[in-house]
Amino acid sequence: MAAALIELHNLGYAWPGQPELLDLPALELGTGESLFLRGPSGSGKTTLLGLLGGVQLPDRGQVRLLGQDLAQLRQGARDRFRVDHTGYIFQQFNLLPFLSVRDNVRLPCRFSTLRLARAQQRHGSLEKATDTLLERLGLPSSLFDRRADALSIGQQQRVAAARALIGQPELVIADEPTSALDSDAREAFLRLLFEECQAGGAGLLFVSHDQSLAPLFDRAESLMDLNRATRAREA
Amino acid sequence: MPLLRLALASLANRRFTAALTAFAIAVSVCLLLAVERVRTEARASFASTISGTDLVIGARSGPINLLLYSVFRIGNATNNIRWSSFEHYAQDPRVKWAIPISLGDSHRGYRVMGTDHNYFEHYHYGHGQALELAQGRAFANDPFEVVLGAEVADALHYALGDHLVLAHGVAAISLVKHDDKPFTVVGILKRTGTPVDRTLHISLGGMEAIHVDWHNGMPARGAERISADQARAMDLTPKAITAMLIGLKNRVTTFALQREVNDYLDEPLLAILPGVALQELWSLMGTAEQALFVVSLFVVLTGLIGMLTAILTSLNERRREMAILRSVGARPWQIALLLVAEAGALAAAGIVAGVALLYVSIACAQGYVQASYGLYLPLTLPSAYECALLGLVFGAALLIGAIPAWRAYRQSLADGLTVHL
Repeated sequence: MAAALIELHNLGYAWPGQPELLDLPALELGTGESLFLRGPSGSGKTTLLGLLGGVQLPDRGQVRLLGQDLAQLRQGARDRFRVDHTGYIFQQFNLLPFLSVRDNVRLPCRFSTLRLARAQQRHGSLEKATDTLLERLGLPSSLFDRRADALSIGQQQRVAAARALIGQPELVIADEPTSALDSDAREAFLRLLFEECQAGGAGLLFVSHDQSLAPLFDRAESLMDLNRATRAREA
Repeated sequence: MPLLRLALASLANRRFTAALTAFAIAVSVCLLLAVERVRTEARASFASTISGTDLVIGARSGPINLLLYSVFRIGNATNNIRWSSFEHYAQDPRVKWAIPISLGDSHRGYRVMGTDHNYFEHYHYGHGQALELAQGRAFANDPFEVVLGAEVADALHYALGDHLVLAHGVAAISLVKHDDKPFTVVGILKRTGTPVDRTLHISLGGMEAIHVDWHNGMPARGAERISADQARAMDLTPKAITAMLIGLKNRVTTFALQREVNDYLDEPLLAILPGVALQELWSLMGTAEQALFVVSLFVVLTGLIGMLTAILTSLNERRREMAILRSVGARPWQIALLLVAEAGALAAAGIVAGVALLYVSIACAQGYVQASYGLYLPLTLPSAYECALLGLVFGAALLIGAIPAWRAYRQSLADGLTVHL
C-alpha cells in the first residue's frame, strides 16, 4: 500500500510555558481522500496545521507527510517540502492584495521548482496552467489581470483555491475557507474544490467548525474527540 | 529575481509612504552631494587662485591677512609700502618680475586694483594659466583706462568704451565718488574663476590721478581741484602701493629673499610664500568645511532612520502578507531578504532622485552661485569619490534594512502560516 498522505502517531505539542494543547493518538488521510475535521476555535486547530506544515515540530510523536517524517528534515527542507506537496487555502485574506490575480496563483511556482515543473508538464506552460485553473474555478477571464483586492470575497477564495491547486500538490489543506461565504456560495465553492482536487489527484484536509458541511466529505472526524488533551481538560 | 519583484510590488502598494521615504533620502543625498561638490570646488578654486608667484610682499601684519587682501581682495591693508621699497626689490638681480598692487577703491561693490603691465604678463592662476583678454586691450598710457574682470563686466553689463566712475573706499555703498575723473573700459578679461573676475584693473598712474588732489582722505574743494586733463599732465608716479607680487629667476633664492625682506631696515615689511599661506588659510576654513560635511552625513542618517521607521511601522500590518508568503513556500530568510530588498529599493530610488535633484539644483543655481560667490559648480558626472559616497549610503541602507528583516524573520518563524488579527 502506498504511504498515506498524512500519518500522525501519538502526537503531542504544547506551546512553551503552557499545558499540553494537542495529544493525538492517531490521524490518517489516504491518497485522494477528503477528510472533514471539525474543530471550533481553541481546539488546537491552528497548531495542528502548523505541525502539518512543518512550521512547528511536535514535542513527541511523529508527523509524516507522504511517508516523510517532517522532524527529520531541516527547517529549510521542511519549507521546501511543504510548498512542493501542500497547497493552502485560508479563511479569508488569502491573497497578496497588490499582486494581480494571475501573479497570486503563480506564487507557489515561484518558490517550488517541483510545482512549476508539474504545472508546465501538465499544461505546457505556467501561463496556460494558471488560466486553465482559473477558468475551471469559474472566474471570468476579464478579472485575471485585476489586482486581487478588487475581487469579491467569493472570487478571492476561488483564486486562493487555484493557487492551492497549481502544480498539483498531493495535499490541499483548507482552513475555514468558506466561513466568509453565504450558504449557496459555500456549496458551489466546495463542489468546485472537490472536482479540482479529484482532477489533480489531491487529498483534501478541510478544517471547519461548520458541521453541516461534513456529509459532503469521504470521512469526517472531530478534533475535540480525537484530542485527548481537550478531553482531559474537560474532565 | 521574484523576491525583488515582490518587494517592488509591495512597495508600490504603499506608494505614498514609500515615495515620502524615498524623497527624504533623496533630499539628504542631494544635500550630501551638494556639500561635497561645493567643498571640492571651493578647495580647487581656492588652490588655483594664484600660481607662479614666489613671494607676496606687503606691510608687516600677518601672513593670512596679507594673502587675503593682496590675492583675495578681502579685508584691508593695515599699511602701505613705499614706492622706493617696491623699486628696491623690483630691481633686485634675483627678481625676474614684480607686480605692484594698489588697493583701496571700489566700484559698486567690486574692488579696484591699481597695477602695471607686468600684471597682465606675469600673473598666473590655476595650473600656470596666464590672464587673457576676452575683448579689447590692456590699459596703456592714458591713466583713465580700466580693464574689467569677467564677472564685473557680466554683472554690471559693461562693454568696451563705456565710462564708469570709481568710488572712494571699499564699502558697498560709498558716498564719496571720484566722479570728476571717469574711466573708460578698454579691455575685458576672460573668466578665470578667481578673484580677478571680480576686480577692476587700472594703472598705478590712474590710481594716483584720482587721489592727486585729495588731502587727509577728503577730496579737495573749489579752486584746489585738479581736473582730469590737468592730472594727465602731472607726474603720476605713486608714492606708496599696497603690496607686490614677485617672481624669482631661481626658486632656490626664495627663502633668502624672504628673510631679507622681513629684515628690511628702511620699512617694516612682510614677505610670504603664497602656497604656504594658502595652506594655512585653508586649514582654518577646513574645520568649517568638515563640520558641514559631518552635518550632511547626519542628515543622510536621519533620512535612513526615517526609512527604518517606515518599514518597521509597516511590519505589523504586513504580518498577513508574510504569512501568505510563508504558506506559498517562502522561507523565513527569503522574507528577511524581501525586507532588505525593500530597503535597498527605497535607498536606490532615493539616491537616483537625490542625484537628479542635485543636477536640477546645480543647473538652476549655477549662475547665481558663480555671480555671488565666484564658485563654478560644474554639471559633471559623479566623481569616483561621490560614487563611493553613494555606495556607502546604499550599503548603510541595506545594513539598516537588516533590522526590520531580522524582526520579520523572527515574526514569520513565530506566526507560521496563520495570523489572527
